[in-house]
Amino acid sequence: MKCQHCERPATFHITELTEPTGPHIVHLCEEHARIYLSQGSEPPAPNTLAGILAKQLQLDQTAEQLAKQDKKTCPVCGITFAEFRKVGRLGCAYDYECFKEELEQLLVNVHGSRHHQGKRPSRHVAPPDRQQELIQLRRQMQEAISREEYERAGEIRDRIRQLEEDQEQAD
Amino acid sequence: MKLEELAGKCGQWLKGSGPESDIVISTRIRLARNLADFPFVRRASDDEKVQIVKMLRGRIAKLPQWEQTAFWDVEELEELDRQFLVERQLMSRELADSDGDRAVVIDPQERFSLMINEEDHLRIQVICSGLDLESAWEQINALDDALESKLSYAFHEQFGYLTACPTNVGTGLRVSVMLHLPALVITREIEKVFRSLQKINVAVRGLYGEGSQFMGDFYQISNQVTLGRSEQELMDTVREVVPRIVEYERRARFFLLKESEQDLHDEVSRAFGILCTAKKISSEETLHYLSKVRMGVNLGLIRSVDILTINKLFVHTQPAHIQKLRGKHLSVADRNIERASYLQSHLTPKRDSEEG
Ligand SMILES: [Zn+2]
Ligand SMILES: [Zn+2]
Repeated sequence: MKCQHCERPATFHITELTEPTGPHIVHLCEEHARIYLSQGSEPPAPNTLAGILAKQLQLDQTAEQLAKQDKKTCPVCGITFAEFRKVGRLGCAYDYECFKEELEQLLVNVHGSRHHQGKRPSRHVAPPDRQQELIQLRRQMQEAISREEYERAGEIRDRIRQLEEDQEQAD
Repeated sequence: MKLEELAGKCGQWLKGSGPESDIVISTRIRLARNLADFPFVRRASDDEKVQIVKMLRGRIAKLPQWEQTAFWDVEELEELDRQFLVERQLMSRELADSDGDRAVVIDPQERFSLMINEEDHLRIQVICSGLDLESAWEQINALDDALESKLSYAFHEQFGYLTACPTNVGTGLRVSVMLHLPALVITREIEKVFRSLQKINVAVRGLYGEGSQFMGDFYQISNQVTLGRSEQELMDTVREVVPRIVEYERRARFFLLKESEQDLHDEVSRAFGILCTAKKISSEETLHYLSKVRMGVNLGLIRSVDILTINKLFVHTQPAHIQKLRGKHLSVADRNIERASYLQSHLTPKRDSEEG
């Protein structure tokens, strides 16, 4: 029997007793089994997530809408929705705003809910625009350095320091 | 603290002392947290990852509870040491294998650890011996509060704590209870038991040894969702399910004792005999027999060794541990020889010195 992810023989046969689908067996080579099992107690997220997303998107969108949605880009970290779909990992906290509509449906499918219950940070949560500005400024500084615009990089660095200090004082 | 020091000791959670610890090995809780002012790890530049580690290290050092902790830069650890920390359950395989600046912070008693730049900026973990959700939650909640007082977490009014993967968002909480269920495996009741738990929001997963052989006696129960229910509600689902499984396992053990005590006694004694006398033994084979011996000790069928020793051997006989304990790199064949001699020295009664 071959590994489910490559051409090598499957030497690991893993029984997953995941509810509600019931037990199913996964056949893997040593390398893929190691990757698979290293996920520990985590659900095998990227695959199932991609699967859920694909199903969800096919159900209520035309190919045109999908293509358009895939091009949606986060202004803070630069990730596109297509990239998120591929890897199953978001790029920054702002993605939850930027892709809110798509994510809400996904969260309902995964968790059966779209609203957090439970713990929240006890002190004030810093305003999100301030945080995003920091992320963006750090990126701009890197870009300036790579273009050897050191004066510009220095200016941005000063601005970053200012923001970081404000934040620490607010703490 | 040096890793060699850690190798000889054993974590608090292996003591085998918590509630139901004949069947429940450990209760583990982890919280996923991210910093508000950096992109998530996968999207962060090398430079940003360096800044994240540096900043977190500096802030953590100011916290009183964290004075005793040891900090390891994972990139600087050699592969054997990384494997060692993975076997020890102090860091994940994913953190060991990824790249860029990343770190692990460890409590010397191994009650908690912190991973920096794994999938999320922060993964806080607490492990307790036996079934002890209250104590695990109390500890991790306090650690989280202390960290939060120095950091600004990415938190969203509607979605809660924001995580790189939407499957962890909300509470960021994963509770995992590890169970030893050999009698349910022998009586072939295990799948039936898990099927009877259908519709309950928990994930069940078997644990496996190093090689290709299925290591079927250990199972992990964890909450499936993280959003839409409070931490207490999520823990309640696990808290309700585990005692029922424990009860099934107890009944299966009782059944085996009643119906076929000789067969059972024979099986665990043979397993014990192999572990005490083998001259070379793989880690899979070791796990397989240790599992039987563990049940034998719990049922009073084997009396010359205690449960703490057996619990320790599960960890200490794994490949990286054997090499750290012997203080050198060993080939697979040499490991098998060293493992056999290590087992013998801990399972045969002639010496009672406290050696590792
Ligand atoms: Zn493969
Ligand atoms: Zn983003």
